[in-house]
Amino acid sequence: MPRLKDEPLSTPVVTPSARPMSENPTGDWRSVAPRIDAEKCTGCLLCWKFCPEACVDVAGEVPRIDLHYCKGCGVCATECPAHCVHMSEEAAS
Amino acid sequence: MKPSISVDELMTSGHQACQGCGATLTMRYALKGLGPETVVVLPACCWTIIAGAAPRCSIGVPLLHAPFAAAAAAASGVKAGLSARGDGRTTVMAWAGDGGTYDIGIQALSGAADRDEDIIYCCYDNEAYMNTGIQRSGGTPSGAWTMTTPGKEGSERPKKDLDAIMEAHRIPYIATATPAYPEDMVRKFAKAKTIKGFRFIHVLSPCPPGWKYDTADTVKLSRLAVQTGMFALYEIAEGRFKLNLNPAKRKPVGEYLKPQGRFRGLKPDAEAAIQAEVDARWALLSQRHARGT
Ligand code: SF4
Ligand code: SF4
Repeated sequence: MPRLKDEPLSTPVVTPSARPMSENPTGDWRSVAPRIDAEKCTGCLLCWKFCPEACVDVAGEVPRIDLHYCKGCGVCATECPAHCVHMSEEAAS
Repeated sequence: MKPSISVDELMTSGHQACQGCGATLTMRYALKGLGPETVVVLPACCWTIIAGAAPRCSIGVPLLHAPFAAAAAAASGVKAGLSARGDGRTTVMAWAGDGGTYDIGIQALSGAADRDEDIIYCCYDNEAYMNTGIQRSGGTPSGAWTMTTPGKEGSERPKKDLDAIMEAHRIPYIATATPAYPEDMVRKFAKAKTIKGFRFIHVLSPCPPGWKYDTADTVKLSRLAVQTGMFALYEIAEGRFKLNLNPAKRKPVGEYLKPQGRFRGLKPDAEAAIQAEVDARWALLSQRHARGT
């Protein structure tokens, strides 16, 4: 029995799979999206620390939000002490 | 700035939680503390959904789904199986909501604690059966609205003192945590990992749809729960009691209750009663902290 449409018929049913849920982007239902004002960001990383989606990347100097996964909850905007995360309406799709 | 907690993420983006879910932050921090050599055992709870449908999974460690009443029993079995295979290293963690802990799973939980099974049991407590649509559980606080306490005044019964029940089992480690304090939470899971025997961690986990507040306020409410004294951060290791955060001046409980729609029907006298209860409880906790037991 195939596990998913793109897996071959020979895929055994009970094999543990390492396929992550990161194959599952948020989609287009989000109504507001965050944007970081890089000028004002102090690099405190609180937006990264408190993101329930774990979708804030901190490799660079200013955190980068991956909007493929962001659900627009606004926690980052509430928690940013520098008030530099702005939530704006998404265009209707 | 240097991150104050590990940047390694075992919980992946793309999980199926609601916006602003406190239980995802909790899992994110728990796994930062425990690391990849962990097996998670889930009874029916929100996380059954959040983890995603097989073969995909939103946590990068093995996960076993167990029946509602059986989290602690199934985790005991996983641990025994690993031991039989000579694996003494892997941490086994049962991960249940308040419904699966306070009510439906309490028999298995008590049994496993009594046998001092070598597992971690984490209850992420969002104070009602949220996954099935907000029914009252033993973890629902008095005055909170749920679908099964529909009157304006909310739940008549107080929140069951589960921590006291667990303490009565005289297990080696008990801790409380909440997502507004990630460093504290990561440290407690990392510490629990090093202890042998039954370890219990109780996490207050805000739930936007169930508590009826703006999704942006999850961390704020988690913090207010501690600042008002509604939820105390403490740990009991080998019988030694320690408050991890002892605010010199607690905020009035109203600051925590008001932003939550579930407490909208709360009358001023009911709020005063909650304040009095928090004050009394805090007096006891401070005494215990001073005594160290
Ligand atoms: S809006 Fe929410 S999901 Fe999106 S980046 Fe901010 S905290 Fe993460
Ligand atoms: S919380 Fe604000 S100031 Fe801190 S790193 Fe994020 S955007 Fe920058």
